[in-house]
Amino acid sequence: MITMEHVCKSYKIAKRNAGFGEACKALFHRKYEVIHALHDVTFTIGDGEMVGYIGPNGAGKSSTIKILSGILTPDSGTVLVDGRIPYKNRIEHVREIGVVFGQRSQLWWDVPVIDSFELLKDIYSISDFGYKQSLEELTALLNLSELLRSPARQLSLGQRMRCEIAASLLHRPRILFLDEPTIGLDAVSKLAVQDFILQQNKSHGTTVILTTHDMQDIEALTSRIILIGKGQILMDGTLDDIKKGGGSIDETVAQLYRTYDI
Amino acid sequence: MKKYLSFFRLRFTMGLQYRAAAFAGIVTQFAWGFMEIMVFRAFYHADAAAFPMSFSATASYLWLQQAFLAFFAAWMMENEIFDSIVNGNIAYELCRPINIYNMWYSRSIANRLSRAVLRCFPILIVAAFLPQPYGIETPASLLHFILFLITLALGLAVTVSFCMMIYMLTFFTISPQGLRMGFTSTVEFFAGAVIPLPFFPEKIQKILELLPFASMQNVALRIYSGSMGNSEMQKAILLQVFWLIAVTIAGKLLCRLAEKRITVQGG
Repeated sequence: MITMEHVCKSYKIAKRNAGFGEACKALFHRKYEVIHALHDVTFTIGDGEMVGYIGPNGAGKSSTIKILSGILTPDSGTVLVDGRIPYKNRIEHVREIGVVFGQRSQLWWDVPVIDSFELLKDIYSISDFGYKQSLEELTALLNLSELLRSPARQLSLGQRMRCEIAASLLHRPRILFLDEPTIGLDAVSKLAVQDFILQQNKSHGTTVILTTHDMQDIEALTSRIILIGKGQILMDGTLDDIKKGGGSIDETVAQLYRTYDI
Repeated sequence: MKKYLSFFRLRFTMGLQYRAAAFAGIVTQFAWGFMEIMVFRAFYHADAAAFPMSFSATASYLWLQQAFLAFFAAWMMENEIFDSIVNGNIAYELCRPINIYNMWYSRSIANRLSRAVLRCFPILIVAAFLPQPYGIETPASLLHFILFLITLALGLAVTVSFCMMIYMLTFFTISPQGLRMGFTSTVEFFAGAVIPLPFFPEKIQKILELLPFASMQNVALRIYSGSMGNSEMQKAILLQVFWLIAVTIAGKLLCRLAEKRITVQGG
């Protein structure tokens, strides 16, 4: 069970105009602007749900994920994940969750993928038996057997992403946060990842929260959609709620962004 | 504890695979060591009585310094840690049920150890076979050798604790450039990496020896050749322990503060 109530988060951003003169001026005096990344965000997600979290660039999706995974501290509001406050008991919290940041890497660059996995085994204190079982299952489902012994730097983006997802699931988290997990994947890898996430949800009852710009992901995976724009929740409903007008889902979502002016 | 050990293991084995870097390091350290010994020889030639350490003790100091450079060089900080703060990959590290400070600590120690293991033996072996007084002496006594090993380890720990402070401060400044530059030159000078501390004027030396920088390489390198008296050694080791505790606590407090107000760069 995940609840967020009246959560706000703002960032201070140094801004200046282009040019050498402006850069010199900024040496002595900096102008800051406060950006409200999240403004009074409230929602509840039940166990075993698959939720798509969508919105345009800079809407606050990643900030939400980072607050839920205990990385960022919100300015105000309450956050509870299975009764824990993520940013207060970070270490106990992250034991139970898995996170994939599509645009970052958690694998050690210069060593074979399997070494990174072994390290994760020790970090999460996974038992030998549990690790073997998880690894076998993940290897079969994500087709990793050829990849595990190559260094991460020599994998293609799609291959690496499959390893990244496996790495985030070795400790069998009850909740999975996916921040653009299918970024840059080819059609085959994308379908494989989608199938895999669905199966995890079905067989292990994993709660999945997914941010993406890929509407096919949303269609394939989620039953519930939360739309966020300019830091506020604009809509919380099912895929059918959005698709009322017919037409392709990309068009409908673009239309939605336009109506909310985000 | 096991997780930090396996962190250590992975970083250590990773460090061992960079052979070209190790080879280049060995060559540089030889060249540097010879150059310094030549310079000091010229000084001693002018008036050997004017110096606080015998020439052969100075030569041992210099060779040990070159052999264990990776233990104490302030500039050998972990670029990957700075990168992860600057580009936001820290997000993943924060998703682990692991203490950031301890994780980075074990990682830094592993990195320095792996570099030193690859580099120290060729230097020590060659320096041992150099004609006296240009080579490395045998330790002053067995006791001195044991104390050398202990203070070497303590010095490494103090150095890494200090580097940890710099990593933590980078959370607040975002760019590590300025911090690194200031820190590196301060440490190199005050720790005795440029000139051994006994060569400073006496009054300045008294003050320098109390600073945390003197607890890095200074103690071990001087104990080896017996150029410290018993009470002096005792004081120096106590100071090492004190600074290790103080700097580690300060770093941990900074870490806690940083975790509270972290921002992840790059979306």
